[in-house]
Amino acid sequence: MGVVAQIKNVDFAYGERFILKDFSVNIPKGKVVSVMGGSGSGKTTLLRLMCGQHPVSRGEVSVLGQNIVKATTPELYAFRKRIGVLFQFGALFTDLSVFDNVAFPLREHSNLSEATIRDLVLLKLHAVGLRGAANLFPAEISGGMSRRVALARAIALDPELIFYDEPFAGLDPISLGITATLIKTLNDALGATSIVITHDIHESFQISDHVIVIANGSVLAEGTPAEISANQDPFVQQFIHGKPEGPVRFHYPAKDLKEDFA
Amino acid sequence: MSAVASISRLGRATIDTVSGLGAFAKFVLNLFVLLPKSLLRPRLIIDQIHFIGNYSLVIIVVSGLFVGFVLGLQGYYTLNRYGAEQALGLLVALSLVRELGPVVSALLFAGRAGTSLTAEIGLMKAGEQLAAMEMMAVDPKSRILAPRWVAGLISMPILAALFSAVGIIGGYVVGVLLIGVDSGAFWSQMQDGVDVMNDVANGVIKSIVFGLAVNAIALYQGYTCQPTPEGVSRATTRTVVIASLTILGLDFVLTALMFSV
Repeated sequence: MGVVAQIKNVDFAYGERFILKDFSVNIPKGKVVSVMGGSGSGKTTLLRLMCGQHPVSRGEVSVLGQNIVKATTPELYAFRKRIGVLFQFGALFTDLSVFDNVAFPLREHSNLSEATIRDLVLLKLHAVGLRGAANLFPAEISGGMSRRVALARAIALDPELIFYDEPFAGLDPISLGITATLIKTLNDALGATSIVITHDIHESFQISDHVIVIANGSVLAEGTPAEISANQDPFVQQFIHGKPEGPVRFHYPAKDLKEDFA
Repeated sequence: MSAVASISRLGRATIDTVSGLGAFAKFVLNLFVLLPKSLLRPRLIIDQIHFIGNYSLVIIVVSGLFVGFVLGLQGYYTLNRYGAEQALGLLVALSLVRELGPVVSALLFAGRAGTSLTAEIGLMKAGEQLAAMEMMAVDPKSRILAPRWVAGLISMPILAALFSAVGIIGGYVVGVLLIGVDSGAFWSQMQDGVDVMNDVANGVIKSIVFGLAVNAIALYQGYTCQPTPEGVSRATTRTVVIASLTILGLDFVLTALMFSV
């Protein structure tokens, strides 16, 4: 099994607060990989480290054969042309139409004629079911549609690796199902690798080939969805079954209740 | 203990101010470096000239007209005391071309276009649009900031010239048409007394410098703001305050350099 990304002994902190500590993981190639964990567990930080958005304090990050830690700005930009990133809320350019949003990376990075760009954009929009919305503006479409447009934009340059940051957050059940199916079908159609940052158990288990569970800045468990479901670690059990009691406490650490109400 | 704390706060404030100025200088230097590259994509600059310059026309023209009206009235009132009301055209033109044109139009520009630039960039940052652009291997400074900066540099002198031109028409309307100053004297004194190099060119230089400063401040505030509604709001306010004070400070320095030597 090939590896598309290698993270080795990485430390990362926001100020004094460590998010990832001696973190290591390998991302298998050609699969839909879900990275799961509670809020603040470092999932989005991991995505940003792999995209070169944040510098690591220590360790090695290698994605698509590119050493991200030592990459110069031109190297980082060349690497980013090979990836697609879907932001949590789409991050569409609000002054551009749906069509122009998807055309943006093609116009910036290719010398294709406008006629070819038009055909490519309509194909990408057709793949996400929004060819008919090409002339609308981001303010005129729903949140679920925005995310599908952003997905079309993320795959405009046929990336080898696609990152999804919380793609299911805030979606209605229909949009959620459509988005999940799109992630799987587009990954297979493009022959790419997809890394899905999520805490939506049901949808991600349905589409994922590999699941990585993160807690307290390190990998707690990884494997197929079936293997994760069978994992008896108390945190994994609490997380996948959404139990209120377990290693993760509902209450933020505080002094004794009696002291506050004395 | 409180004396130590005060010294510590003073030290912190000094370090923050100096490092802030350093970061701003680096930002402006970066814009200068990106200038030739952005000139290769004139379409982006033209769009921004339309957005920044064209939409500022109404406020600039109307303000210029009223400033001209007031200059005509106040000028006539003062000159008439010395029997020199024939020099009204010269007074209105010099006041506008040397000072009021560049300064007032830059202040209005900071309020109209500067705030909108800061808010636009700040909201793009808050909506992760700038981050998305970086993830698409597109440098936001080159694609978003530099064309806006160049557009501001081009728009500012044109707006200042329009302000002065409309102001002179305002002075003419009040002085000549309403009060009755001789039309020939109004224009000929102006033609005779306004020097293209000393007065007009220096006014244009001032407006270019103001345009450079106001746009850089507006873009920097938007680019470095906290990506929250409160952060964007604060940055917008800071743009108006810092840009206005910078315009007035620079005006004094430029005037001292240009006209006192």
